[in-house]
Amino acid sequence: MIDVAPYGLEQNAKLEYLLAELNRLSRLHYDHCVHYRRLLDALHNGSAAAGTLDAVPYLPVRLFKHHELLSVPQQDIVKTMTSSGTGEHGVSKIFLDRFTASLQMKVLASIMSSFIGKQRLPMLVIDTPSTTANRQKFSARAAGILGFTMFGRDVTYALDDAMKLDLDKIAAFLTRHDGEDILIFGFTSLVWEHMIQALGPEGLKLPLSRAILLHGGGWKRLLSLAVSKEEFKSRLFGCTGITRVHNYYGMVEQTGSIFMECEHGHLHSSSFSEVIIRDPIDFRACDVGERGLIQLLSLIPHSYPGHSLLSEDIGEVTGIDDCPCGRRGKTFIVHGRVKNSEARGCSDTIPR
Amino acid sequence: MSNKEKYDNVFIECFGVTSDVLNEKFIYQCVPTWDSVGHMGMIAALEDAFGIMMETDDIIDFGSYTIGIEKLRKYGVDVLA
Repeated sequence: MIDVAPYGLEQNAKLEYLLAELNRLSRLHYDHCVHYRRLLDALHNGSAAAGTLDAVPYLPVRLFKHHELLSVPQQDIVKTMTSSGTGEHGVSKIFLDRFTASLQMKVLASIMSSFIGKQRLPMLVIDTPSTTANRQKFSARAAGILGFTMFGRDVTYALDDAMKLDLDKIAAFLTRHDGEDILIFGFTSLVWEHMIQALGPEGLKLPLSRAILLHGGGWKRLLSLAVSKEEFKSRLFGCTGITRVHNYYGMVEQTGSIFMECEHGHLHSSSFSEVIIRDPIDFRACDVGERGLIQLLSLIPHSYPGHSLLSEDIGEVTGIDDCPCGRRGKTFIVHGRVKNSEARGCSDTIPR
Repeated sequence: MSNKEKYDNVFIECFGVTSDVLNEKFIYQCVPTWDSVGHMGMIAALEDAFGIMMETDDIIDFGSYTIGIEKLRKYGVDVLA
């Protein structure tokens, strides 16, 4: 499955491929997860295969907060991931077996290779080392950082334990990698507050024009501060000279098959994932340009029934196979969260 | 120090194990210290020890003590020599 090029499939071929794989996953979870089977028996046509992609049954993502859903024996679980603890309705628990955990990394590596190439780059993480210190229980934030460190070398944490930029450490890192491309990873709200804003008032600048910034984890906090994507990018450029910026969208329930923002500002589905926009009233699949709830499909989840999930985010499809960046697949943008839903971005987890 | 000794020492130091467990059964996540954090620490230590830089795909495939020996061959390191 991983041998497919991440953005190489023409849409009809991709739909055919995804449908077969997603039907296989629905069947797998139907046979091995009793909760999933009950839901499908009650709400869908049992284990019958879907004839089209938008007929593949989907679960509300919230369900993972209320139920422990798994499709493998408990003893096969090697890692449990949790979503942020900010939601009022508890924490999602996602159970990974070896196969699913390995698939997460392979899919992520395939997607990333389209954006940064196969070489590992010197990497600066906009976070504090203590975030990843608790190895028994990974927060979504820690899991995100650790997943991406596979693409880096000389991984250096740019913030100290007080969440302040460690300028001496950063300077030493930049000296070690003078003239090289570097990778910067951070959660959107942390990059904004602890890098861009921290540099701002004193007019400090970091010479990072050779860097590629990868950031994700939601805009919720920034939206609440009324920071637009354009302002984020222009302020970032002003204090660091960074022009290569890729936001990504995804959820802990489908870790690995992230949706990367290309050079033209569109989020891209890959060969391992798809989005369907659904009308929030009647849940029909929307057309290009119509706003609705974002349903996310992923080929990764084998140990829990998370291959087709309805999020609480609002978005719209912007095109199919027609992005000027040359990557195939459906593109979309995210407008924000449904009112009255929970704020649950994985980077928005610092207690205030 | 032979390549085998260097290779074994990385495992012993990174995962806090003794050399008698280092065989084909020593696989990713078989001890608590060989988790995703420990994995990247081991890769960095191997890269330092042998002066190499591994590709992401090889880091992901590096699933056991024995597979690692195969992977290092690609970078011109013969652990068993």
